[in-house]
Amino acid sequence: MKDLNNLIQDLAPKKFTVLGKVWTGFLILVIIAALVCYYFQLRDGLIITEMRDYALWGVYISNFVFFVAISLVGSLMTAILRLSGANWSTPLTRISEIIAVAAIIMAGLTIIIDMGRPDRILYLFTHGRLQSPIIWDVVVISTYLVISLLLLYYPLLPDFAILKRYFSKNGTASKWYGKLSLNWSGTEQQNKLYNKSIRILSIMIIPVAFGIHTVTAWLFATTYRPGWDSTNFGPYFIAGAFVAGAGAVITIMFFLRKSHGLENYITDAHFDKMGKLLVLLCLLYLYFNVNEYLVPAYKMTVEEGVHLNELFLGQYAALFYLVIVGGLIVPIIVLLSPKGRKPFPVFIMGMIVVLGAWWKRYLIVTPTLLHPFLPIQGVPESWHHYYPSTMEWIITFGTLAGALLIITILVRYVPIIPIHETAEEMGIAETEKN
Amino acid sequence: MEEKNTNPRRKFLDTGLKAGLLTAIGAAAAKAAMNIDKAYSAEEETIELMTPGGTLVEVPVSQVEEIPELKDGDYKVREGFPNRKFVMVVDLARCKNAKKCITACNKTHFITGENAWLKVYKMQESEKSAPYWQPTMCMHCDKPPCVKVCPVDATFKRQDGLVLIDNERCIGCRFCMAACPYSTRVFNWEEPKQGEMTEIYLQMEEMEHMGHEMHSPDYAGLPSLKGTVDKCDFCPHMIDQEELPHCVTACPNGVFFFGDAYEDTVTNGDETFRLSKLLEEKAGYRLLENLGTEPSVYYLPPSDRLVNFEEGLENYTEYESVEKPETPENTEEL
Repeated sequence: MKDLNNLIQDLAPKKFTVLGKVWTGFLILVIIAALVCYYFQLRDGLIITEMRDYALWGVYISNFVFFVAISLVGSLMTAILRLSGANWSTPLTRISEIIAVAAIIMAGLTIIIDMGRPDRILYLFTHGRLQSPIIWDVVVISTYLVISLLLLYYPLLPDFAILKRYFSKNGTASKWYGKLSLNWSGTEQQNKLYNKSIRILSIMIIPVAFGIHTVTAWLFATTYRPGWDSTNFGPYFIAGAFVAGAGAVITIMFFLRKSHGLENYITDAHFDKMGKLLVLLCLLYLYFNVNEYLVPAYKMTVEEGVHLNELFLGQYAALFYLVIVGGLIVPIIVLLSPKGRKPFPVFIMGMIVVLGAWWKRYLIVTPTLLHPFLPIQGVPESWHHYYPSTMEWIITFGTLAGALLIITILVRYVPIIPIHETAEEMGIAETEKN
Repeated sequence: MEEKNTNPRRKFLDTGLKAGLLTAIGAAAAKAAMNIDKAYSAEEETIELMTPGGTLVEVPVSQVEEIPELKDGDYKVREGFPNRKFVMVVDLARCKNAKKCITACNKTHFITGENAWLKVYKMQESEKSAPYWQPTMCMHCDKPPCVKVCPVDATFKRQDGLVLIDNERCIGCRFCMAACPYSTRVFNWEEPKQGEMTEIYLQMEEMEHMGHEMHSPDYAGLPSLKGTVDKCDFCPHMIDQEELPHCVTACPNGVFFFGDAYEDTVTNGDETFRLSKLLEEKAGYRLLENLGTEPSVYYLPPSDRLVNFEEGLENYTEYESVEKPETPENTEEL
């Protein structure tokens, strides 16, 4: 009984500290700046970006692919690890679910930002054609969003009931948590339904998650473009998404552990395990990268040759090696040693992996477009290159801040670590109930 | 129009032209008019026609069946002209980069931005092969990758082979541009600066008289819309008036041939050829055939060229597909 009270005490949502307030304020500022820039984009058109007829997709689309990638972590941590019986991941499930929901919401918004006529967004539903991969994306992203929300919400039901009691002195909070808990009382029937639903959702989310990122890969692979014309793209994107997602979980769990004093719940062992998982995922992704570049590079056909030369030796070479070596090989080496799997190094590696993953998306989207089949001629010199404009950067940072704000707000009002599940695992849940 | 129709001969010529039997027939008919009295007595009025083989035969008027008009009352923009398959042939041997095609295209579609619909590329397959000029426009593919990927049916293929775009439907996702291997699609990144707006509105009024809607996909660029994709449309508005597309008539070297694959005829205004024969004799080919997009634009190889490649270089300005008014005199011309 006392254990449980301590547990709830530790895990219940806490008010923002000063630092938390500054952080939230900062995010809101970035978002406001992005909104202002987006207003200019609406007014003047996409001319405010550096995109032009050749580099027709840019940082927005790479950012979109990044968000889709990050969101895959929800299914990795909650579904795959849950179903494989890896109980150690329980304290990390909520974090990854929150990240998944935040990322998928921002992925949807980012796609709208990239549209030339966002006022016609409804045409996707009124005039949608199923043969277009964009419609597949619309279908699968909305499905994934719904399942992710449910997968975030269901495990929260008992926690909300606990919080209702915990905040009994604070009327409004208690009322809200009570409503959100949907009258959870922990009866046997409820428990049965609850466990079954989560299990079904966990199973359902895996194919949808694979679907969402495969479709995003197909978005590129279905075009006639050297560099995207690859059967490897689906698995390559999924492997990359797991890397990015695991990196994001590590980064955020490190921050939350520090800010919320969760050292007892997110232990060094968790960092160790996440480090091992990240190594595995990085190796897998490296394998797909070798597939992606070695085969066309061996043949060096004219079109692929131009593209790969630019990546390996040309203007993208620095970024390319930074991403491959810095974002994949270095983390693999560091995380292979037990010393490298201490919380801080794991955190640093997690962060570079996320940064590398972001730039990797940029490298997938931009260079290909600048290497079309017919030469780029008869257009201004500036159209031969692409680097995002300041406004494009601000809008992009706005979407990243948006994702972080969603995470921050959810973390403020929702227990970061599932109270009910943790209690169950510690064997102190049953005694409390009746 | 009514007066014309009272004369069956005129009527035939009229519909014949509409059917795209083109100027050559007109010339042939004029010649026929001189011979006709000699060969036949006044029993029945006859008419001279060209067989698919290219020989002239004379037949009684009663035997001639009227070919339906190119565009009848229930013409639907998304369906196109019935029983047509428009094709273009570009003779690379004749191109000397005069760029009149670009100028005419830009002018008639009010393109003043950087993104011309028609480009003349400086091409060279390998170091040792000869360089040549290659005009490139929308290929109006039979299996258009752009149409496949469009999520809202904004770009569509008509039964006459034209691939057009509905700027009132386009959501500006630019997926069609990513999918097009010929890089012919362009995007209105900002409010299009289309020069003299009154001229556009005059044209639009005229169009409305002719029963068109505003922003009709078969009259692209009138006016262009911010945030949507534009591209070469083979000038259906000119075909509609039984005229050739602007690039064809503007070219001083007769590089472009336009016609109907079902009729197996293409013309550049001065000369008319059997499409199949021309392609066979001159070894016609299509761009990036290996991608399987089945373009409607055929190229004749740049062999036996009229002029040297170098002669076209004087017109070459590296970064300008659209001539921009820079001096005050130029501005006045606009």
